[in-house]
Amino acid sequence: MINPKTQNKIAIGTLYGVAGLVVLILMALLGYILISGLPQLSWHFLTAPAKAFLKGGGVGIQLYNSFYLLILAMLISFPIALGAAIYLYEYAKDNWVTTTIRTAIEILSSLPSVVVGLFGFLFFVVKLNLGFSILSGAFALTFFNLPLLTRSIEDSLRTIDTTQREGGLALGLSRWETVTRVILPAAVPSILTGVILSAGRVFGEAAALIYTAGQSAPALDFTDWNPFNISSPLNPMRPAETLAVHIWKINSEGIMPDAKAISSGSSAVLVLAILLFNFAARYLGKRLYKRLTSA
Amino acid sequence: MKSTEQLEQQLKRHSKAAKLEIWGKVVSFSALLLIVAVVVAIIGFVASKGLATFFSNHVSLWDFLSGKSWNPGVTDAHGKPEVGALPMIVGSFLITILSAIVATPFAIGTAVFMNEISPNKGAKILQPVTELLVGIPSVVYGFIGLSVVVPVTRAVFGGSGFGILSGTCVLFVMILPTVTSMSVDALRSVPRYYREASLALGATQWQTIYKVVLRAATPGMMTAVVFGMARAFGEALAVQMVIGNAALMPGSLVDPASTLTSVLTTGIGNTVMGSLQNNALWSLALVLLLMSLVFNLIIRLIGRKGRLQ
Repeated sequence: MINPKTQNKIAIGTLYGVAGLVVLILMALLGYILISGLPQLSWHFLTAPAKAFLKGGGVGIQLYNSFYLLILAMLISFPIALGAAIYLYEYAKDNWVTTTIRTAIEILSSLPSVVVGLFGFLFFVVKLNLGFSILSGAFALTFFNLPLLTRSIEDSLRTIDTTQREGGLALGLSRWETVTRVILPAAVPSILTGVILSAGRVFGEAAALIYTAGQSAPALDFTDWNPFNISSPLNPMRPAETLAVHIWKINSEGIMPDAKAISSGSSAVLVLAILLFNFAARYLGKRLYKRLTSA
Repeated sequence: MKSTEQLEQQLKRHSKAAKLEIWGKVVSFSALLLIVAVVVAIIGFVASKGLATFFSNHVSLWDFLSGKSWNPGVTDAHGKPEVGALPMIVGSFLITILSAIVATPFAIGTAVFMNEISPNKGAKILQPVTELLVGIPSVVYGFIGLSVVVPVTRAVFGGSGFGILSGTCVLFVMILPTVTSMSVDALRSVPRYYREASLALGATQWQTIYKVVLRAATPGMMTAVVFGMARAFGEALAVQMVIGNAALMPGSLVDPASTLTSVLTTGIGNTVMGSLQNNALWSLALVLLLMSLVFNLIIRLIGRKGRLQ
């Protein structure tokens, strides 16, 4: 039997070691992504279209597709998630219906994204005949995003003090008016933080997209903004490979000679975008909170 | 003078605010119903497609679950199609369990360090880093696995470098931040007076951590680990990039193998809708879906048991 004090020292020393090792692994990971990726970045890389067989291609179209899909998916999923969260937190009674609904949302959030993607393929691409298109991809991303966003908005509503609700009701406002006029404005900063963080997840999602938005990026004509033309960047019916799908695609079947350099660059772009989303979420949340509460 | 009828009508009619209230309630409830409908539709569609292998193509469930050769386009000596999913099922489970076994001590150790030993350093360095890493897209993990882990495995163990071992390494790093941050939450929910009481009794810091804090946080930690396993089990692209994609029973950890998700991602685009090859893949998707339900159930059970104590 070792002296408890020695034991204590050994154990705490080990924990320092474990934590240090984990920091090392995580730092090495981030370092590798940025060090191997950043040198690849250039204006040309970020804007030029990809080349299938030659080196020197860029990721311009993929980057644009990622943002376009992200915005569409957020536009579809935000109102639904907001409504669902409001009902769940402000209206739902604590009974078996609510429990069942909560279970369903939990199940949706734990489904592997590839299953969500396959369902999107079956339903939108094949059944509704939308083909591999931005619209199918946006719907698949919506399903992927809904449970997370609903939960984060519900958490935001939870942070608002009950006295605010009582105040609204005491003034003779209906429940709905209390929610839309009193609770939501107060919850905007933390809702926004949640939305931006979930945007980061949607931005990097690939498995749900390979069979819904497709794996090809047809050339776009950035001077044509008529959404009904096939080469228009706004056309929602064209197939659209995103940046994350591009990384997967060129690593599993790419034949361009600089596939590795392009993947490094794209990975760095993805990680930088996620970093940006994280900082933006924190900064905007704080800024808005200050402005709205005059604190 | 208003007649009594008019007055009655006026009183019984909903006011503008009441109409708005009903409207709001209906709209927000339909949004919720839509989510439930999506869940039902996903389960229904995948199940109907996945069960077609057994009902339309008359493959026996036992052959599917225990067969060792996966080649749905080919029929074996008895005239039955070769749809043995065992190699993929074993691959998925092996890679999930191994990565959880490796990740758990690291995650819990780090969480304890962040929350109990050095909260300052934890909050300043580890917290932001783990939060950022939770958000890194899985393809990026796959790409790093492909360009770092696979060559290292190849150099050390020989062979192609693709296989269960590389997959485990990638998943280990991938689920580490998730499990760590959830474990931190579990530790944080242990009341402060537990620690104070233990230290006041003369226990050392390690004794307090090991005998009091960790015991109290066990349900939360288990939830964290199961959550990580669910994520590892369902991960598709990162695994597909490093596992080698050979639908064979894994002979060793460095032989190319495959998982449910890797076969799905590579196969579903190359088969014709409604054919046996395609239906068999949907059956794999159904297995994946059922497993995610099982993980969900386990998390629920742990939560219920943890509450009783």
